[in-house]
Order: sequence, then C-alpha cells, then structure tokens
Amino acid sequence: MKKDEVPQDGENMHHGTFKQLFYAVDDSGKYTTATSVGWEPENIAMSQAWEEINEKVEQTRKDVLAGKLSPIAYHMEKSLLTLPQLAAYVNKWQWQVKRHMKPAVFETLSEDLLQRYASTFNISVAQLKQVQ
Amino acid sequence: MPEHYINYMIAFKHQQTAHCECGVVSNMFRHYGLEISEPMAFGIGAGIFFAHLPFVKVNGVPGSTYRVAPGMIFKNVCKRVGVDVKTQKFSTPEKAMAELDNVLQQGTPVGMLSSVYYLPYFPESYRFHFNAHNLVVYGKKDNDTYLVSDPIMEMVTEIDSKSLAQARFAKGFPAPKGKMYYPVNVPKAVSLKKGIIEGIKQTCHYMLKIPLPMFGVKGIRFLAKRLAKYPAKVGDRRASLYLGNVIRMQEEIGTGGAGFRFIYAAFLQEASVIMEKPELKTLALELTKVGDMWRNFAFEAGRVCKSRSAGGTSYQQLADMLLQVADAEEAFFKKLAQVKF
Repeated sequence: MKKDEVPQDGENMHHGTFKQLFYAVDDSGKYTTATSVGWEPENIAMSQAWEEINEKVEQTRKDVLAGKLSPIAYHMEKSLLTLPQLAAYVNKWQWQVKRHMKPAVFETLSEDLLQRYASTFNISVAQLKQVQ
Repeated sequence: MPEHYINYMIAFKHQQTAHCECGVVSNMFRHYGLEISEPMAFGIGAGIFFAHLPFVKVNGVPGSTYRVAPGMIFKNVCKRVGVDVKTQKFSTPEKAMAELDNVLQQGTPVGMLSSVYYLPYFPESYRFHFNAHNLVVYGKKDNDTYLVSDPIMEMVTEIDSKSLAQARFAKGFPAPKGKMYYPVNVPKAVSLKKGIIEGIKQTCHYMLKIPLPMFGVKGIRFLAKRLAKYPAKVGDRRASLYLGNVIRMQEEIGTGGAGFRFIYAAFLQEASVIMEKPELKTLALELTKVGDMWRNFAFEAGRVCKSRSAGGTSYQQLADMLLQVADAEEAFFKKLAQVKF
C-alpha cells in the first residue's frame, strides 16, 4: 500500500473522529506511517456487527416486556456479555444464571445477588429491575 | 489534603502505533533509552501469523487471527534483546491498584492488560469485551485519575480509577487478573541481529511448518475452503456475519491482517540495513504486494457483506482470492526461510 492510498473513509460509527495508524510506502518505496479515519470494508463489517447486536438487544427487550425473560437477559445482551462471562462476573454457574433469567425466579433473588448483577452491568438495582 | 492524596507524572514519551502490544514494547523501552521501533518489535517478537479456528466461536461466529497469541510478542522481544521484566497478577482489584500506585510513585511507567469495553476514552464502536489490550499508565492526578499512554490513540489520555480497575479485572477469556508489567533491567545498547534472526526463524516455522490445517499458510487455505461453503451451510444472513468477522479481524485496530503484513514488511526493510542483507529489502517489497492482495480481498468481501444475499458464486470467488493469497504467502515465507544469515 502506498502512503497516498491509505484509506480515508470516515463514514463510520465514530464519524472519522478516531484515527488509526497504518504502515505504507512512500514514493521512494520506503516504509513510513500515515493515519486513517476509516476504510469501507471495515466500516461495513463493523456496522453489520452492531446491527446484529442491536437487533438481539431489541428482541430480548421485547421478550422481557412480554414476561418471557427476566431483566437479567436484557442487561446481559445490552452489556455485550455472554452467558459464561456473566456467570464469571456474578460468581455463579451458568445454569444458575440461566435460571435467574426466568421472571418467576428473578422475583425471588436476594438483594445481595441483585446488587452483584447490577454492579456487573454498571447500573443500580432499581435500574436493573426496570426494563422499558 | 488527605495524606493518601497523590499526584505524580512521569515524563513519558507517547507515540501512536498500529498495534497495542508492539506499541507498548516500543514506547516503554524508549523510556529506558532503548530504541526499538514498532516494526522491529513485531519482527523480533515473531508477531505475524495466521490461524482459522472454527471451533473457537466469538458470539457464535468462527474466529480467525492474523497474529500470534497476546503476550507472545512482548515475551519474545524481552527474551531476545535481554530485557528483564517484572510481571504481576493480583487476587483483588484493591491490591492491583495499590501496587500500581506504589510502582508509579517510584517513577516507573507500568504496562498492563485491560478490556477495551471498560476504557471510556476508546472509540465507542470498538468497545467489545476484548480482554487483551495493552496500555501504559505513567502517572496519577487528583487522587482518582490515571494518566494513560494507549498506543493505539493519537494522544495521551486519562481514565478514572473505577474504570481502570474494571478494565484490569474483566472476566472472560483471557481474564487479565490485574496483570501489570514493567522492565527492571534494560540494557542501553543491544545488538538486534540475534533477535532478528531468531524472530524470522520462528515466524517461518509458524507460517510453514505447523502440522495442523488451521495454522499458518495452511490455515488461509483452510479458511478459504470453509468460506466457500458458508452460504450453503449457514444461510445468507449468517454467512454475511461470518464474512464480516473475517474482515473485522483483518482490518480492525490491533488485529489488522493486511496491516500486519505491512508492518512485517517495514520490519524487513529495517532489518535489511542492520543485517546488511539487500535480499530482505526485496522480500519486503514482495510482502507489501501480499498485503495489497489481502486488502483487495477485504474490499471485495466488504462488498459481498453489504449486498448480504450475494449467493454462493461470490463466496467462491472470495475463496479463490484467499487461495491466491495463501500461494503468495507460502512463496514469500519459503524464500524468507532460505535467507542465509
């Protein structure tokens, strides 16, 4: 890649505010560095990945509101966590966390455990219980 | 003023780099008067690699990597240029932050592992739970704010102690467990020759000789074969996601596949001068062309991703492009392996 070919496609989620460093060759063929505000393929792949996440968060939100899942499921998706990660954070087995995603079981959780979930999601217990 | 109120700032020269681990090596060694450029760290550390691991799924998507495992570059460089490093892990965030303060107070900048998800200064769109990001903390102010030299950022930045503690104690794989490191003995002048030779040898071995289909040049062909079948196997939608992940692993900061080819080429250019081997310069040119092939692949893959329902033909074409990349890389690394030092 030549230095003047370093891509500058700033139509991405950080609107070109973040500049990444690239190595490229100058006119004499010597390697040098240049910054880039973005590149089309990466921008496409990135927004596709986020679309997928947002869809999943939205679907889970609906499931929580419909009473199919507890708020823990929603906040897990929203925090981009996976079941194994979340289980590690609250120091529980995965099957236990899965159980906590049942609305009826969620109602019975202790204040201490709710607090652990809330701190994992960086929110308060009140916020944890509320999904809108 | 409470007695634990501490302010200190170590004079640390920040330089933006393409890759966090090499950047930390380069920036941290420079602090001790040892100049090793980012490409040189990448080459001596034998950072360039390829692996496709369909069974290691990240959010249900098969993973690819264009580099060696996190931490390897740092370890290799230290070993090969003779820098002694102290590495610590901790059982609790409190202990980890206390020890960080302690070392900073002695005037030592500290490198550490973090999860980018918890770094507020990081571009929002990159903030996934990636737990192997390296950065340097070089001071503290107002009792609660740490001064950060993050190699992928243009400028130095800051982070609050709560976020930093969370970033250092992220769960998942790999769990950083507060890991921090700093050189305790840095030689002022070193000969890079031995490191360059060892680095090149290791890289050629990794790219050509690992007897498993997932690794090195074989891994690129392995990915090509599987990629051609994505639409038939998982449907258009998931195929597009899988492909998107290949691009992201290739082009995103710190993981850039094509980018890594260019960094390695820059290393070979530098090495050709140090080793007085003009053929390394010729090889650098050849690898630059391979990097451009990777970029062409990413560009076409991006287009296929965007159209979403491109069907089997275009995936076959992408696979063919990958096979050409594999052939070119194989030819390149075979020549590199034959350079006599």
